[in-house]
Amino acid sequence: MARAVTTQRKSINTLVAWVIALLIFFPILWTILTSFKTEAQAINDPPLFLFFDWTLENYAVVQERSDYMKFLWNSVIIAGGSTILGTIIAIPAAWSMAFVPSKRTKDILLWMLSTKMLPAVGVLYPIYLLFIQLGLLDTRVGLVIVLMLINLPIIVWMLYTYFKEIPGEILEAARMDGASLRDEILYVLTPMAIPGIASTILLNLILAWNEAFWTLNLTAANAAPLTAFIASYSSPEGLFFAKLSAASTMAIAPILILGWFSQKQLVRGLTFGAVK
Amino acid sequence: MATQHSRSAARFMMAPAVILLLGWMLVPLTMTLFFSFKKYLPLRGDSLANGLDWVGFDNYVRFVTSSSFWPSIYATLIIVGGVLIITVILGILLAILLDQPMWGQGVVRIFVIAPFFVMPTVSGLVWKNMFMDPVNGILAHLWRFFGAAPVEWLSQASMQSIILIVSWQWLPFATLILLTAIQSLDSEQLEAAEMDGAPVLKRFWYITLPHLSRAITIVILIQTIFLLSIFAEIFVTTAGAFGTKTLTYLIFQRVLESQNVGLGSAGGVYAIILANIVAIFLMRIVGKNLDA
Repeated sequence: MARAVTTQRKSINTLVAWVIALLIFFPILWTILTSFKTEAQAINDPPLFLFFDWTLENYAVVQERSDYMKFLWNSVIIAGGSTILGTIIAIPAAWSMAFVPSKRTKDILLWMLSTKMLPAVGVLYPIYLLFIQLGLLDTRVGLVIVLMLINLPIIVWMLYTYFKEIPGEILEAARMDGASLRDEILYVLTPMAIPGIASTILLNLILAWNEAFWTLNLTAANAAPLTAFIASYSSPEGLFFAKLSAASTMAIAPILILGWFSQKQLVRGLTFGAVK
Repeated sequence: MATQHSRSAARFMMAPAVILLLGWMLVPLTMTLFFSFKKYLPLRGDSLANGLDWVGFDNYVRFVTSSSFWPSIYATLIIVGGVLIITVILGILLAILLDQPMWGQGVVRIFVIAPFFVMPTVSGLVWKNMFMDPVNGILAHLWRFFGAAPVEWLSQASMQSIILIVSWQWLPFATLILLTAIQSLDSEQLEAAEMDGAPVLKRFWYITLPHLSRAITIVILIQTIFLLSIFAEIFVTTAGAFGTKTLTYLIFQRVLESQNVGLGSAGGVYAIILANIVAIFLMRIVGKNLDA
């Protein structure tokens, strides 16, 4: 039974929570606001909140100076490609572990998880060397492969926990009715698994979009995604706060929106099903 | 019922993922181990084609005896420890707050979670410039407003600054997981305790906190694994200067900046061992959960 809550207590909760939430959100809000200012207004003392001349100039300058669209496109290809490729490889694996478990299933799952915990820096040079040898350095294909591999354990795990929740009796019934393995996967399992697959793809898009170790170390001019593009602002010339803000806003906006849809999946995906 | 037929089909379907991950783990790991026992300075003409000199454990000894080793361990521990303390404590408080009845709960949640979705290079640079810049940053404006001299955050208080930035990124993660755990707490238990006259702090200490203990452990373990390898936040802010050179950053510098591959690889092996110690504990918890 829920307790009756006094309006006064609810008001205090609301006030405190909003103040804290806005404080936490402030750096993002401030970045978005600054992106619409001129460079001079961006460093004005006292800081200008809402009453300044709103301008879209920075967005035009960022695009014009550094061909922002190219980096955006690289991010889309790398994050999208690695997620889709990873999902295609992970679905059969997760399916077989969830529905035809053997004694070793648990060991395989845990071992997959352990590969995720390998510190990237420990294998930086080997990967760097292999990339040079294979001509993959600064290519989108190379990054799609690496990001697919580092996220594959999470994709398998998430799909496994979702598939586990599909009752096995349904599959047995389908089999009794003479469904082949292919029919079973295509017509019985897939429709039930689509929400789980969608959430898995969503979370992994976010992780791949924000990955900033391999993307910084394995790209230069050609395949650099937004993470690396933004990093180029670490040694700027002249006034650049407004331009940095515009570039940042464009880089985080798509993923903020996707992220808000994936709150629930975030917990499951990042704790490997240990907290639901 | 699994038949013989479906078993072999299952093995076949698992194969691509298993083989890829096996290759991804074994090939670079073997190479790192191999390099760690070699003198390998590509800029001075060492190459795989000409053969590399075997130097035994020299690289391992030199890595730990170099003057940057202990400072890097110290920096790593302070950053990981600082971020863990801040995110877990604030995460618990925030999770309890967000669990209370209020107006606009959905929007509040969205605001609190948002920093997690900001890419590391953006959060590093936004904090470094727009907040911590000693002339034009918001914090400098704020300090001047109160008549204080602005702080040069990233040089004078470099560790605190990095901890602040990274905590801001990871607080949403801790909050979200702890909130999920709190929501599974049986509220009748709390109500019963309240009726029996247990004060708020006692209810928190004896009911809420024990209930959260597993989620807290998971937050600590998962964050530790990610925090041990933070890179971009340091790369775009201090680039390892002012005492913020972590073990990860030191290895990166050895391998790519000074191109001492043998030495860096030995460091890499240390980092792998360190991460594995943490990973073992995490795997135990996750493994137990699989049986349930």
